[in-house]
Amino acid sequence: MAGTAVRGRLTWQVATVASAWQETASVRTIEFDIPDWAGHQAGQHVDIRLTADDGYVAERSYSIASAPGEPLQLTVERLEDGEVSPYLTDELRAGDEIEIRGPIGGYFVWDGDEAGPPLLLVAGGSGVVPFRSMLRHRARIGSNVPVRLLYSARSLPDVIYRTELDMPGDSAEVVYTLTRQQPPGWIGHSGRVDAALLAEVAWPGDHMPLAYVCGPTAFVEIVAGELVSLGYPPDRVKTERYGGVGAP
Amino acid sequence: MTERLYGPDDNALDGNAIGGVLHEIFRTEMTTAELTCGHCGNVSQVAEEVVYVRAPGIVMRCRTCTAVLIVVVRKQEMNCVDMSGVAALQAS
Repeated sequence: MAGTAVRGRLTWQVATVASAWQETASVRTIEFDIPDWAGHQAGQHVDIRLTADDGYVAERSYSIASAPGEPLQLTVERLEDGEVSPYLTDELRAGDEIEIRGPIGGYFVWDGDEAGPPLLLVAGGSGVVPFRSMLRHRARIGSNVPVRLLYSARSLPDVIYRTELDMPGDSAEVVYTLTRQQPPGWIGHSGRVDAALLAEVAWPGDHMPLAYVCGPTAFVEIVAGELVSLGYPPDRVKTERYGGVGAP
Repeated sequence: MTERLYGPDDNALDGNAIGGVLHEIFRTEMTTAELTCGHCGNVSQVAEEVVYVRAPGIVMRCRTCTAVLIVVVRKQEMNCVDMSGVAALQAS
């Protein structure tokens, strides 16, 4: 694909922080300037490498939040016992440099195929990050592929990109479920994503939809399993697991 | 954790998580590579396999039979790769 390096050596590059902003109390988006950035596909991720003064090295993977063709943005959730994320959310300032390697991955990507099937995106917590890249990509290329995003968050203030997701005029359908706290008068869904909610929100299996599920491992296991029960072929359910952190 | 709502492997990741390390080793995109388990014969894409990164080293296990497929131990800039659990690996 033009503008996307797939083959060949994957090298560490120096990325300079261009700007950063808070998305929620614990989540921050950072935009980087990378002179030789090869471009990326929606859904890919990068590795970040931090090296301490004593030589200790920590590497982590973060999903890309921006659309192909946009500057590289990462959205990072602060994990209280995290080794890397508190540095990214609290310390990093415009002009700072870190090492980045990417873009990485060819499995959990959406290429913007206009003739492609309807998309079902199911996010748990910060699992929404790669979907923001896909939704922005869809808007930028003027795609009419039907998209539904089912987004499970702890509470409304924990919803990342809420202003953008609620923007009128975008034909993507966004359905929230709030698991821990609902605001007064909340008429949306409450509680965890389960079989009943998926049956209500997911495209019927006979529409040959393509599903992407991203979030904490336990969340992904349950959602992917239920989608298969609803008739989605397992190879039409693409999954990306974040581990045991940040349960939505 | 005081409460268990789910299965035993909440910290497990998947093959996506080590796409960078595998690219470094194989010099190409590997999350879509087709992997055949040497134990049960199941064929999956690398992204779908179970990955533990908090073990001593990186351990990839078969999602179907849990057999160890790949172990990567990193020391400085060197990767030691044990692939004895893999019957076949084909990059796309």
